[in-house]
Amino acid sequence: MSKTVTVGISDLNVVKAPDTLVTYALGSCVGICMYDPVTKVAGLSHIMLPSSSLTGSDPKQTMRFANTAIPMLLKKMESAGAQRPRIKAKIAGGAQMFAATGNSAISNIGQRNVAAVKQALAALRIPIIADDTGKNYGRTLYLTAEDGVMRIKSVNRGEWTY
Amino acid sequence: MDYEKMDSLQIDVLREIGNIGSGNAATSLSEFLSCPVNIGVPSVQILDYDQVVEALGGPETMMVGLLLQLEDDIKGMIMFLLHKEFAHMALSALMGDMYNSFDEMDEISASAMQEVGNIMAASYVNAIAEMTGLSINISVPSICMDMAGAIVSVPAVYYADISDKIIFIGDDFVRDDDHHAANFNSHILMIPESDSLEKIMTSLGIEI
Repeated sequence: MSKTVTVGISDLNVVKAPDTLVTYALGSCVGICMYDPVTKVAGLSHIMLPSSSLTGSDPKQTMRFANTAIPMLLKKMESAGAQRPRIKAKIAGGAQMFAATGNSAISNIGQRNVAAVKQALAALRIPIIADDTGKNYGRTLYLTAEDGVMRIKSVNRGEWTY
Repeated sequence: MDYEKMDSLQIDVLREIGNIGSGNAATSLSEFLSCPVNIGVPSVQILDYDQVVEALGGPETMMVGLLLQLEDDIKGMIMFLLHKEFAHMALSALMGDMYNSFDEMDEISASAMQEVGNIMAASYVNAIAEMTGLSINISVPSICMDMAGAIVSVPAVYYADISDKIIFIGDDFVRDDDHHAANFNSHILMIPESDSLEKIMTSLGIEI
């Protein structure tokens, strides 16, 4: 029996085949899928903001920021048996939901999140093999641990996979 | 001022703002749609992001969101959320034969919806301004039709550093048109910045 594990906002989780991870309705937030095809360990993180200079140990805070959540996800995957050199990433989200709010801090948050995610993955030498970021619509994201496929669902544009 | 540490008197103030604002909104909607609109007792709650999304019917519920910024004495955001049916009703009342469906939001329906958002937001903002004597301006609404979770994450992300809490007002409107009545609900999220919330309270003589 395979199960589907939900990852909330500012949350992350790791599963093994045959399970699936899902995070709903990414707006300007970014979903980071990481996968080791040999051990079939899959990890998904849903970050809200680019970076934190905070060094606190509150796990809720750690999972909120790209620069702290991604290393935490990697650690969790390694504890589940994944090997770092085999891990590859697929990312989605970082949309601009509202155009022209007259507040640039709102309009470019998605873009800043994507940039921070790319930077955090580069620092860990994890290659990005699929990138479905930006634009102006919400995305629900599934990651199946059996094959590492990232499936994206939108309300107005249907579904597609990477 | 911390949303999580509000006492019952402070929450009553927000509830009263919600009541007056919803009353104003029913009056404006009725004028705008040229038909009688009645309103039930609004619910006013302080919720966090996940609870707001659940109250809207789950993260993937399709909704129309209108986002406005509060400026001047009070800073923050106000967001008006409505289900597709509400948008459909408002647009067909406003546009008559010109209106087909809301599946594709063209420029005319988008600007009509922005006007609805403007009227709704002004109803609540005027309630605060009248009660407190503070001056508040609202920006032109920005519109988005998408999943509830993705829409609500916008203010949640923007205020993540300040608070996880959002003032959530649920309204039940009844459009009483000739012989058939129709129910429509809408939701207002109010997110004054914490020093603005403090200003509202102190202008009303509430100790904080």
